[in-house]
Amino acid sequence: MGDGDTAIRLDEGEVGRIFREESGRSVAALIHIFGDIDLAEDAVQEAFAVALGRWPRKGVPPNPGGWITTTARNHAIDRLRRESRGRELLSEAAVLSPGSDDPGKPPEVGPVQDDRLRLIFTCCHPALSTQAQMALTLRLLGGLSTKQVASSFLVTETTMARRLVRAKHKIKAARIPYRVPEAHELPDRLRPVLAVVYLVYNAGLTGSAKPDLCAEAIRLARILAALMPDEPEVGGLLALLLLSESRRASRTRPDGSLVLLGEQDRTHWDRALIEEGQAILRRCLRRNQPGAYQLQAAINAVHADALTVEQTDWPQIVILYDQLLGVAPTPVVALNRAIAIGELQGPAAALALVDELDLDNYHPFHATRADLLRRLGRHREAEAAYQRAAAMAPTDAERAFLRLGGRASR
Amino acid sequence: MTHYLLSVHRVEGEAREPMTDEEMAQSHEQLAVLEQEMKSAGAWVVSGRLHESATATVVRMAGGEVVTTDGPFVESKEYLGGFYVIQAEDLDGALAWASRVTGAIKVPIEVRPFAGFEA
Repeated sequence: MGDGDTAIRLDEGEVGRIFREESGRSVAALIHIFGDIDLAEDAVQEAFAVALGRWPRKGVPPNPGGWITTTARNHAIDRLRRESRGRELLSEAAVLSPGSDDPGKPPEVGPVQDDRLRLIFTCCHPALSTQAQMALTLRLLGGLSTKQVASSFLVTETTMARRLVRAKHKIKAARIPYRVPEAHELPDRLRPVLAVVYLVYNAGLTGSAKPDLCAEAIRLARILAALMPDEPEVGGLLALLLLSESRRASRTRPDGSLVLLGEQDRTHWDRALIEEGQAILRRCLRRNQPGAYQLQAAINAVHADALTVEQTDWPQIVILYDQLLGVAPTPVVALNRAIAIGELQGPAAALALVDELDLDNYHPFHATRADLLRRLGRHREAEAAYQRAAAMAPTDAERAFLRLGGRASR
Repeated sequence: MTHYLLSVHRVEGEAREPMTDEEMAQSHEQLAVLEQEMKSAGAWVVSGRLHESATATVVRMAGGEVVTTDGPFVESKEYLGGFYVIQAEDLDGALAWASRVTGAIKVPIEVRPFAGFEA
């Protein structure tokens, strides 16, 4: 690449974008080499600081991720040489370097394992709290700064920094392993990984946090799907997120209030995301191991096929909810199934099912009851249910929407 | 290798479904087999059962003197009923043993890493 005179338009934003794309891979590779999360994070941070000074003048190297990893590794080695504790770690690291993990242990089998996969299983180890799992995943794999992670969870940077320090200390002290679980452990260990990605997406849907957590969750789901192509639930999660994302712009009005699925302008749904999600889903379903994410994706795929709400294939949706209830027998799934049945058999049938559910603290339960009661002409009860839902709704926009529903029912 | 404390917590006067003699015998047998396996795997370091917390005595320094008092250090319904000290490659290794202990005795097991251990 040319010298300093070459005008390369590369601003901090561009380096930031590359950072978000590449840092997870570099951090994961360095943790594998040195067995130390803090050292890996610091070294990758330093490497990007070097890049920020260098790339705008000299251009981006052909393999920016590789450049970052190599530079970070050299920084880490330099730093370890300066510290006496470091020299010990360094001699251990030489033994632990990739390929010579443990002479007594057979090499890991299966597809080539990316260090990011080890890292996400460490971040989402069941010995860590869900909050810590989410924070670590966004910080280490997503490359978000502590400040950005803090703002995603509406806590102060100090609180988040403390949470991350505690989690990393537990990983180190309790020796939470840095490896991909074996096949027999995978069902148990994959569950929290998928849950974390799904929670990150939902945090993005309900909040207006910067950075965009929905995009972050989709990026993580794409990495997982690429690394675990044989796990249908991983593909199911990615399909679910893509199908949900296709409607994100239609979910809210300019004032932030929610637009129900039946009232959304379907011409604004993103067809490219729908097609991608449906194609991924078809590939997963062929394996015939339906799980909760694949079934939820399938329900979303049926909605996406209906160009108008009247064209919705409700019998198919009820069948899918029946299956979903089989694998995930939760009252929330039962509530959604009841709504689908209401579309087929009318509000009275739905209300009978809804009233059996123990969801008093879940505001969509009251919103659903309110809507069914209104359709049955039981306006006074509908009004009361709308007010209960509004009182519990998490955002101003939703509260306003539900109060409006209440008024409209008079 | 890291050392872990596997502690068995009991709750004072907790209404538990009492084990039948047969279940009790089965539980003891499972534990005996398990401990043997721990030993042959090189994981077992030491283990023991404790009398209930009413048998505890506390000594503490007060005004430069040692004062002896009756009772556990913290009055609480939960007390340590027994423990294993094991060594394992990593937390997953320790959790695998802990899972088998809880499977045999049907009470929760807390797993904690030692910050230092000498025997």
